[in-house]
Amino acid sequence: MLGKLTLEAIPYHEPIIMIVLAAVILGGAALVGFITVKKKWAYLWNEWFTSVDHKKIGMMYIIVALVMLIRGFSDAIMMRSQQMLASSGGQGYLPPDHYDQIFTAHGVIMIFFVAMPLVIGLINVVVPLQIGARDVAFPFLNSLSFWLFVVGALLVNISLGLGEFAKTGWLAYPPLSGANYSPGVGVDYWIWSLQISGVGTLLTGVNFIATILKMRAPGMSLMKMPVFTWTALCANVLIVAAFPILTATIAMLTLDRYLDFHFFTNDLGGNMMMYVNLIWAWGHPEVYILVLPVFGVFSEVIATFSKKKLFGYTSLVWATLVITVLSFIVWLHHYFTMGAGADVNAFFGIATMIISIPTGVKIFNWLFTMYRGRVEMTSPVLWTLGFIVTFTIGGMTGVLLAVPGANYVLHNSLFLIAHFHNVIIGGVVFGAMAGITYWFPKATGFMLCEKWGKRSFWFWITGFYLAFMPLYILGFMGMTRRLQHVDNPLWVPYLVVAFIGAVLILIGIACTVIQIAVSIKNRKQLQDTTGDIWGGRTLEWSTTSPAPFYNFAHEPQVSELDEFWEMKERGIEQEAKKPYAPIHMPRNAAAGVIISAFSLVFGFALIWHIWWMAVVGLVGMIATFIVRSFNYDIDYYVSVEEVERVEREGRERRALPSARTPNDTVVQG
Amino acid sequence: MRKSLMRGALRGLPILAGLLMLSGCDAVLFDPKGPIGESEKSLILTATYLMLVVVIPVIFMTLWFAWRYRDTKQSKATYTPNWAHSTKIEIVVWGIPCLIILALGILTWKSTHELDPRAEIVDGGEPIEVQVVSMDWKWLFIYPEQGIATVNELAMPVDRQVRFHITSDTVMNSFFVPQLGSQIYAMAGMENRLHLIGSEVGTYDGISASYSGAGFADMHFKAHVMSEGDFDAWIEKARGSSKVLDDAGLAALKEPSEDVAPTFYGQVKPNLYEQIMAPYMDGMELGMSDDQMRHMKKGGMHHDSAEDGMSDHDASGHAESAMATEE
Repeated sequence: MLGKLTLEAIPYHEPIIMIVLAAVILGGAALVGFITVKKKWAYLWNEWFTSVDHKKIGMMYIIVALVMLIRGFSDAIMMRSQQMLASSGGQGYLPPDHYDQIFTAHGVIMIFFVAMPLVIGLINVVVPLQIGARDVAFPFLNSLSFWLFVVGALLVNISLGLGEFAKTGWLAYPPLSGANYSPGVGVDYWIWSLQISGVGTLLTGVNFIATILKMRAPGMSLMKMPVFTWTALCANVLIVAAFPILTATIAMLTLDRYLDFHFFTNDLGGNMMMYVNLIWAWGHPEVYILVLPVFGVFSEVIATFSKKKLFGYTSLVWATLVITVLSFIVWLHHYFTMGAGADVNAFFGIATMIISIPTGVKIFNWLFTMYRGRVEMTSPVLWTLGFIVTFTIGGMTGVLLAVPGANYVLHNSLFLIAHFHNVIIGGVVFGAMAGITYWFPKATGFMLCEKWGKRSFWFWITGFYLAFMPLYILGFMGMTRRLQHVDNPLWVPYLVVAFIGAVLILIGIACTVIQIAVSIKNRKQLQDTTGDIWGGRTLEWSTTSPAPFYNFAHEPQVSELDEFWEMKERGIEQEAKKPYAPIHMPRNAAAGVIISAFSLVFGFALIWHIWWMAVVGLVGMIATFIVRSFNYDIDYYVSVEEVERVEREGRERRALPSARTPNDTVVQG
Repeated sequence: MRKSLMRGALRGLPILAGLLMLSGCDAVLFDPKGPIGESEKSLILTATYLMLVVVIPVIFMTLWFAWRYRDTKQSKATYTPNWAHSTKIEIVVWGIPCLIILALGILTWKSTHELDPRAEIVDGGEPIEVQVVSMDWKWLFIYPEQGIATVNELAMPVDRQVRFHITSDTVMNSFFVPQLGSQIYAMAGMENRLHLIGSEVGTYDGISASYSGAGFADMHFKAHVMSEGDFDAWIEKARGSSKVLDDAGLAALKEPSEDVAPTFYGQVKPNLYEQIMAPYMDGMELGMSDDQMRHMKKGGMHHDSAEDGMSDHDASGHAESAMATEE
């Protein structure tokens, strides 16, 4: 009746997990109780869960990402403390069975459920505003994407209390992830959480390519698109090209595990090398899916706060395109040690190095944007400066790893771990923090408290260097990754320093949480009534903060790159005089939530081999989709009176005091 | 403020250098004991110096520009809000990385061919053959010429190259003695080859550098580089062991075990290494019926039959054909 699921699946014998579970259940119950008492369910359902507004979906992505960041970071600090304690003979407090799940979960969560939603969340909030559109091309699909992603995140978290997570490393290489060596449900949780959220990501890719290509404001030719939109376009092209590979690869692994196929098994003609090739054919472009959009964030931030045009726009766009193409021909550098011939290894090594050329050009472009500018040291700028310095170091160690001869001794060592945290924290995390701080007023109408933002930055960056520089050294000292315990006394001091670094990062995360709480509390003092709090250059700053649900009362007409900056130079006023027209908008949709709920049932049932329930889930998904496709009442027109009312409120708001105006140089709060 | 920043940076430099030097003493990769490791060390250093040519100026410029052009009321620095293009600067920022990558690319092409794990080391002497099998969670070393085998202990004569034939009887592992140089994956049904020389007598740590499951953390061994005479004595010591690695011995080894103490086998069944690889290559799990075998072959498996594949030469031929898909 319940497949492999029995009461034994609950890890009673793991006190750490049981305490966490108890806390989660109590916290969850308190939250549910609070919402019920406050009678906020209808509000949440109508205004958020079923919303197809790209700004709200984007904010929900970022909220889930921040929650998952805390989960993923808990794994990280457990790993750091375990390795520190389990050195020189000790066994620490995490047995291999638990430790191996933790490092797998850490990687999966941080990439798929933190980095991805941070980036996709920012793209959601910003891109339609930046191109002068009123929503994305397929608003309902966008809601579905988000909820499928949530289901993936839920499955990973369910595995904590019911069964186990994979013990294979985040990419689940077979044959270790095959049924012979991993008979438990851990790999199945991995499979279904990635498959379901992966479909969501693919739909996002389709959605944003269509949005950016078809919905730009009149006059915005490709070479007048803001850089963030360019990088978002390239990232979404990469998603559409790369994610099907991931889906197909995991599908083959699924057949191996469920139906005794032999794509990747040791015996009967399977070949695990094929899996490794395929997973990295997705995995390497994935790196650029994450990092290209944050390159876009830094470009926007550095130009705005240097109060200067972005240096070398054309060259930056071409650099982005070159990276997009090259990212598909370097995947083999993740396993030079597999035994390919010298020609093959040298080819992929050199191809990898070539990517550093356009990346280097970007860094110079940001530098020369500051050059002869007026750089304002706001927290987004601090994150950007921290990024440039840190990412340059990470880029250097990356190129070093791309030299096959060096890779033969550095592969899989802690040097590698230090390298990719160097680029992912220094790049994606810093970029997401810069982007969130920068666009927060646009999404909410008030800015984030700068004081706590700067504190967060300083803890993050010091913590990062303390946590990961020792790992570079440990790599040179011969320490490999994924060790549940170590027995070399020489390594211990470095592991202690790395742990201290992790604690500082924890304080940095705490500062961000405090920053958000303090800012919400002080939202009156921090409010942005101008709509253009930083003195922005692109269209999103031409509408009010928070942007009205239809984004723009009048469709913007674009004639320049940095259109809004030029508009301000010309004088904005004539815009307001034009008469309003009814605005065509999509209606909220519950189908995305319902389909995703069925997909949760479907995924959960397959993990536990509860076949009848899987059928229920599958039929439910398809039926909901069919019902939805017969719903013709999916859009409406916002009346002219409604537009007038909203715009009048916006104008009245502009008269109120603002925490900051475009010409301020001193940031308050 | 500016001065204190500079002073801080200057104070930091010796600390950083000291940290690196300190680690230099303990860092096995900077203390190689063989020519392969030696080349890899100098490759790492050369590549790093080349990149620092651009990395150090970039970091310096970042901090300098941010400071020089920071926004203050009384700033006297030039401000050109609409300046966004300079062909000269574009040429430099594309040109310099191109030149560095060109140099690195040439270095990469050459060094990758020189350090090809499969290539015999020039002047390395007649290679000694060692067959390496990764198992759950230990390393089996078979010396086919000497007819002995060990678990978790490797010995090699000084200044003489060893040709490792590396495979796995379980999931993927990576065979790695950091101080000797290159690692390479051990994969079931496939053979990788690696040539290494130990040029200084001593005992070095060997590990699996690729996570392979619960017992992974203890999957290490000692690699002893010894004089020719000591090596012969070591072989004799192994021969003196009463343990025999035959089918029963292999079956016992296949059982997962952790933190395994070094073990010696005085006798090894001939072609045991090929026997370990065979089931993964031809679908001939030992218990499989003839019927199933015929079915498999009809199913279009490309490998030759196992009977033909039993000689040393042919077995590696199989592996190379498997690796060929990689190339």
